[in-house]
Amino acid sequence: MELPELPAQAGPWREALKLIGVAVVAAGFALRLHPLLVLLVAGVATGFAAGIGPLELLGLIGTLFVDNLFTTLPIVLLMPLIGLLEEHGLQERAAALIRAAGKATAGRILLAYQLLRELSSMFGINLGGHAQMIRPLVAPMAEAAAEASGARASPPVPLPAPLRQELRAHAAAAENWGNFFADDIVVAIGPVLLMKGVFESAGIAVSVAALGAWGLPTALFALLLGAWRFRRLDRAIEQHAARAAAERAP
Amino acid sequence: MTLLLTTWLPVEAFHALAGVILLCVAFSIARDRDHPRRIGSAAFWALLALTFLVGRKLPPPLVGGCVVALVALAATKQVGAPRRVAIDGAARLAESLRLRARLLWPPLLLALVAAGGALLLPRITWEGGRLVDPKQATTVALGLGVVAALLLALPLTRAGPRAPLRAGGRLLQELGWALILPQMLAALGGIFAKSGVGDVIAGGAKELLPDGAPLLAVVLYCGGMTLFTVLMGNAFAAFPVLTLGIGIPFIVQQYGGDPAIMGAFGMLSGYCGTLVTPMAANFNVVPAVLLELDDRHAILKVQAPFAALCWLFNVMAMGALVYR
Repeated sequence: MELPELPAQAGPWREALKLIGVAVVAAGFALRLHPLLVLLVAGVATGFAAGIGPLELLGLIGTLFVDNLFTTLPIVLLMPLIGLLEEHGLQERAAALIRAAGKATAGRILLAYQLLRELSSMFGINLGGHAQMIRPLVAPMAEAAAEASGARASPPVPLPAPLRQELRAHAAAAENWGNFFADDIVVAIGPVLLMKGVFESAGIAVSVAALGAWGLPTALFALLLGAWRFRRLDRAIEQHAARAAAERAP
Repeated sequence: MTLLLTTWLPVEAFHALAGVILLCVAFSIARDRDHPRRIGSAAFWALLALTFLVGRKLPPPLVGGCVVALVALAATKQVGAPRRVAIDGAARLAESLRLRARLLWPPLLLALVAAGGALLLPRITWEGGRLVDPKQATTVALGLGVVAALLLALPLTRAGPRAPLRAGGRLLQELGWALILPQMLAALGGIFAKSGVGDVIAGGAKELLPDGAPLLAVVLYCGGMTLFTVLMGNAFAAFPVLTLGIGIPFIVQQYGGDPAIMGAFGMLSGYCGTLVTPMAANFNVVPAVLLELDDRHAILKVQAPFAALCWLFNVMAMGALVYR
């Protein structure tokens, strides 16, 4: 006997049940359960709530996983190159460059990186990334600058572990801020085309140039915010060095 | 003009290359008798390699089974890094002094090929074919950049061909299951979209909105972009839902707002959400592992004040400009 099919609109409760996956994700992340398990359970729960059968759902998960291989691909391809160069002293070389430059501070290096990243992504160029720029080059440069400022104090002050972690987190943020907030302002390739597509699907004509140009105010504001955050980081590093020197003074 | 074009350099070539790299990781674990999680880790990397090598050819439910197995191995803590080998700092410093600025050539070449290739490769066409699929140009250009940089780095460092695989395998194992977190999130986003989760949320937002409140519509649109991005981990997924659900019917059609201004600031409000959600794992969580941070959420904490102020700026700018 065949079960009767559910009507397409089975009332507001059945619709609201589809949000179960959102609830599973929020609860699972809050309880710090294994993230992959949380995501799988959320996907299965949502699929069942939407009336997708078990085998069909397994196939959907498989198809979507393969469709999104491109998110994992860059790191897999990059790691052999980055690993090889790191074994031959790439991080040490990046740090040495900064020691030679002298006056650079960690915050100024990160701000310069954010600016460079914003400028390149304005033209639709994707020049950066945590795996290829931040870990091997930018973070070691910023750390070297912070260490150098401690080393100039007498007696020399080492960079403590919590501050080093804070600095690395700022380096990762510099990449995100630079990457996100100046998308496609001059040359459109990514998000602006997506926006245009969405408007066109609703029958509204929008110029790509206008969509890009209206991104400029936020790009400038993001640079100001970055300057503020990195200045704060520099001050924390200076204050630590001053405090450590004062404590050690006779 | 033909509709079916030949693509001379398909992205699948780089999927296969990644599959081979992952398979090498699995083999090296299987042969490592000292590995603390030998069987589980080898199985994890071999299964992941399988999805890269033949994922498109296998029946989808079988790939789905592989995904379930990957999650099960990770959740039961069967995936681990090898015993840590102490880093030889002196040797690295000596190499850095021997190679000096030449060490920076490969990353520079990588950046040039990746950025230049993304712009130029899609324009190259042959008789009856194109070099790359324009949608895949960024990925293909990055792949070419890696290959070019490796070809330069190997003679430069005088390393054997196995050295990058060993070093890369070590880094990949340190990342562990976090490597596939972004991919799983994207897959979950796909299930949400297929199940119509976005429509339910947009429908709820519509009921919240009273008539004759154009500025409230701006706040709700921007807030919805951020909230939805936080939940899905992706502003691009939030944009169609909120724009078709709130933006166009209320801000543009009912109150006569400018669609370009609305779209630009709306998307940027979504990016503020990306900065504060662990769901955007590739931007916020994987880098924390890459940078060896003890707190997996350290990057989110650094980004939160920036995100809050930037969001306010976007809302106020849209409110001031969209109805001019």
